[in-house]
Amino acid sequence: MLRLISTLALLFALALPSVAQQAELATTPDRSATGGAQTLDDVMARQRGEAVDDEFRREATGDPDSAAGTMDQLGTLGGASDPELWRALRFGTADVTVSTADKRGRVLVQDGGMWWLKIRQGPLIKYGLWLLAGTFIALALFYLLRGKIRVEGGLSGRTVERFKFMERMAHWTLAGSFILLSITGILGLIGRKFLAPTFGLEANATLLMVSKFIHNNVSWAFMVALIAVFVMWVLHNLPSRTDLVWIAQAGGIVGSKHPPAKKFNFGQKIIFWSVIILGASVSLSGLSLLFPYEITLFAKTFGLFNDWGVTALVGLEPLPTQMSPQEEMQYSQLWHAIVGFVMMAIIFGHIYIGTVGMEGAYDAMGTGEVDEAWAEQHHSIWLEEVQAKQVLSKSRASTPAE
Amino acid sequence: MKAILAGAAAIIVIGVGSYLILSEMGFSAKETYAGDSVRLD
Repeated sequence: MLRLISTLALLFALALPSVAQQAELATTPDRSATGGAQTLDDVMARQRGEAVDDEFRREATGDPDSAAGTMDQLGTLGGASDPELWRALRFGTADVTVSTADKRGRVLVQDGGMWWLKIRQGPLIKYGLWLLAGTFIALALFYLLRGKIRVEGGLSGRTVERFKFMERMAHWTLAGSFILLSITGILGLIGRKFLAPTFGLEANATLLMVSKFIHNNVSWAFMVALIAVFVMWVLHNLPSRTDLVWIAQAGGIVGSKHPPAKKFNFGQKIIFWSVIILGASVSLSGLSLLFPYEITLFAKTFGLFNDWGVTALVGLEPLPTQMSPQEEMQYSQLWHAIVGFVMMAIIFGHIYIGTVGMEGAYDAMGTGEVDEAWAEQHHSIWLEEVQAKQVLSKSRASTPAE
Repeated sequence: MKAILAGAAAIIVIGVGSYLILSEMGFSAKETYAGDSVRLD
């Protein structure tokens, strides 16, 4: 299921540039002067960084069936010229025989690396950073318009325990590791393009070496904390009828009403499930990258999407189900970064509401004790449950044992 | 604050622990994909 959700989002992300590319390639240039081979215009267009449709030469890899005899002129080439042989290697149609049983050894020219490199250095960085900047600006605007959500009537001075120490520790382990992973992940993504030209190749290499070391090793703390948080809070985050009231009142954002809620309101449930699902997905692609070529995720998932007609439904050609091991890693890297950016944007919102956005919210994860007035305003059903338990335990303590 | 420090300590402990375990297992790309005949340093 996780794979499917992951791939669906990736499909949309990857479809955009391909649609744009198809629009650019609508006209076929006249290649009669070269007998159908590529022209100087093709070469120049490629050098300008424009998209050139290579379909016209993809199949031009020679004809072994009409090869000259081995004693004739050029006969030893077996019906394919050197350029045709290299073309076949490049487009993955050459019959390569190598001594190693490892599939990676058969990939002599990894043509699929180019589209990945272009997406990685282009749209991925551009839209990823814009997503973060856009989220930040949207939150700043929201703060200017709505201001800090205050506790109506002021704080009561009486507190109630919201989260136990272990819960808060797991939260901060997850939060701290995520921040480290985000920073080092972004550095790894933008280092070559932005940091190296400014600070030099040596400085960039050192920085990225340290970043990668932190990223690889901190990832385990993230995964452990993710599991811990899931186990501790999953029951509180199952859908309930009170969520409908929360949705109807837009969580109290619109108007002055504060909808009743249990331990977690619907907004917090969205954050919880986003973190769990995206966190699991980013962990999966991260493990694939940590153990290169050991975990392959995409060819099988793409096959399922093709079989179920999902790709046809969104108007795309069938996705590749035969890909080189290197391409599997490229998809993993792209997916890892896309999910990472989406998570960062969501967490921006989470940090906002937990700090500057709402009075009294930080205490829940800071000291673990929240003001009763805050709890009454934002988690009234939960507060009633906690108070009922307190009354029950007090009455038990005051009743003498028989 | 104690919970934040405990979380930071957990990150360090789990991180160092995983590094030591994986290093022991020969996890690095250098050890996995290169041999004596390859000079990487």
